[in-house]
Amino acid sequence: MTGHSTALAPIAPGLWTQEQQPRLLGGKLASGEIVFPMPQGEAAEGVEPYPLSRRGTLWSWTRQDFRPKSPYEGPSEGPHDFKPFLLGYVELPGEVIVESYIVDATLADLRLGMAMEFTLTPFDATRATFAFRPETVS
Amino acid sequence: MNPVYIIGAGIHPFGRTDTRTGREQGVFAVRQALADAGLEWADLECAYGGSASSGSADIMVNDLGLTSLPFINVANGCATGGSALASAQWAVASGAFDLALAVGFDKHPRGAFNASPAAYGLPEWYGQTGMMLTTQFFALKIQRYMQLHGITRRTLGLVAEKAFSNGVHAEHAWRRSAVDLETILESQMINDPLTKFMFCSPAEGGVALILASEKKMRELGADGVRIAAVAVKTRPPDSFEVFQPAVSVNEGGKPTVLASRKAYELAGMGPEDIDVAQLQDTESGAEIMHMAENGFCKDGEQEQWLAEGRTRIDGKLPINTDGGCLACGEPIAASGLRQVYENTVQLRGRGGARQVPGSPKTAYSHVYGAPGLSGVAILQR
Repeated sequence: MTGHSTALAPIAPGLWTQEQQPRLLGGKLASGEIVFPMPQGEAAEGVEPYPLSRRGTLWSWTRQDFRPKSPYEGPSEGPHDFKPFLLGYVELPGEVIVESYIVDATLADLRLGMAMEFTLTPFDATRATFAFRPETVS
Repeated sequence: MNPVYIIGAGIHPFGRTDTRTGREQGVFAVRQALADAGLEWADLECAYGGSASSGSADIMVNDLGLTSLPFINVANGCATGGSALASAQWAVASGAFDLALAVGFDKHPRGAFNASPAAYGLPEWYGQTGMMLTTQFFALKIQRYMQLHGITRRTLGLVAEKAFSNGVHAEHAWRRSAVDLETILESQMINDPLTKFMFCSPAEGGVALILASEKKMRELGADGVRIAAVAVKTRPPDSFEVFQPAVSVNEGGKPTVLASRKAYELAGMGPEDIDVAQLQDTESGAEIMHMAENGFCKDGEQEQWLAEGRTRIDGKLPINTDGGCLACGEPIAASGLRQVYENTVQLRGRGGARQVPGSPKTAYSHVYGAPGLSGVAILQR
């Protein structure tokens, strides 16, 4: 999926790193605390860009079963062609707990604390966004 | 600080009223509160009020009368009503005024709220990808809580069943028909584990409360209920709140716990002293978690409490006696004041078919709002 999605434009610049194995881009505050996303504008002063771990554990999850109102820009035209999607929070140990799409899983697969790994996923016909998926045993 | 009493309470029925704007519903509630207190609009010395989507509250003077009173607009999301009450209470407690108004009203379009990322200082992609939804936050918070503390889906359903059962007897409620547990559990899934009947809906309504000093209450011979405590707290570091692209790995405090502790301290009482409570129940999970965050039980004990019916009107601690947000809907700025209205009704013994038995003496209310603040009020008879 990663190979396919890199042909798509990122949903926003600077959200993840441009490398073979992309990583979400967080920020490290002067206090040492890790935040996500990397602050923009004046808020970025004194914050060091900090690529986040590609692996974490599932902290919570849900499924979005109805089409969100604007500003949602997903691929559907209305309730008739909306496809529910999974999302949740993934704890990146020692760093931060990030909210993310969850892909390559069903609701029934998800368990508290299960191992998750970072990936990119198509958002619509032209854009990609970030996601986590259950870690594949390789 | 001087003691402060609620001597007048008014409410415009919640739900949908196509013939009235949000502000007109607020004006309706003010007139009802004035009649309840035996006062004229010209008697009021100051006012605090707000709405989230129905315009400025101070414009109400056009309808109520140009008496030149100071009228301060309050805007604090779901806690707008709580903040208006706190402000009015401080105005009277300080001795600056003898009579103050707290009012909140709203009228929202159908469907879930859609917030603007920029208004919350968040990046656009967070909204574009469909992750900035209040309903998701509620589902994510209760999902984790259920896993950690052994709360079942059936218990989520029991909270909603109780709410609709109580709403039947509340004249101001929107949903006034009981819904059985099976229907609740099997209704359309919104955000797993929460179904349609476990969520409240944005709605319309208005609530007004008139606050008086002890001297003024005695002078008027009014039927007053004392405000034992009002506390409003914004979020502490590292907390988990609505609209957060990320959460700290350090488990932080909770604004509700802070507001609750402060209110108990101010009132000189603890959770065991409370006879009836109205807790923010934007969905079933919120009521369950707020039972623990406000000190009424330990995490996980809700499972047994609900199974035993302890939070029903005839239970040990009746919760959301008018059906709460689930049965009344949520007009943002009026919702927190509705809880205090209901507590005033209960302490005055005017609850009719939903009256808590045994003449309750203490009543607790709790409201929670984005981006992480809570308001708690304790009333005493």
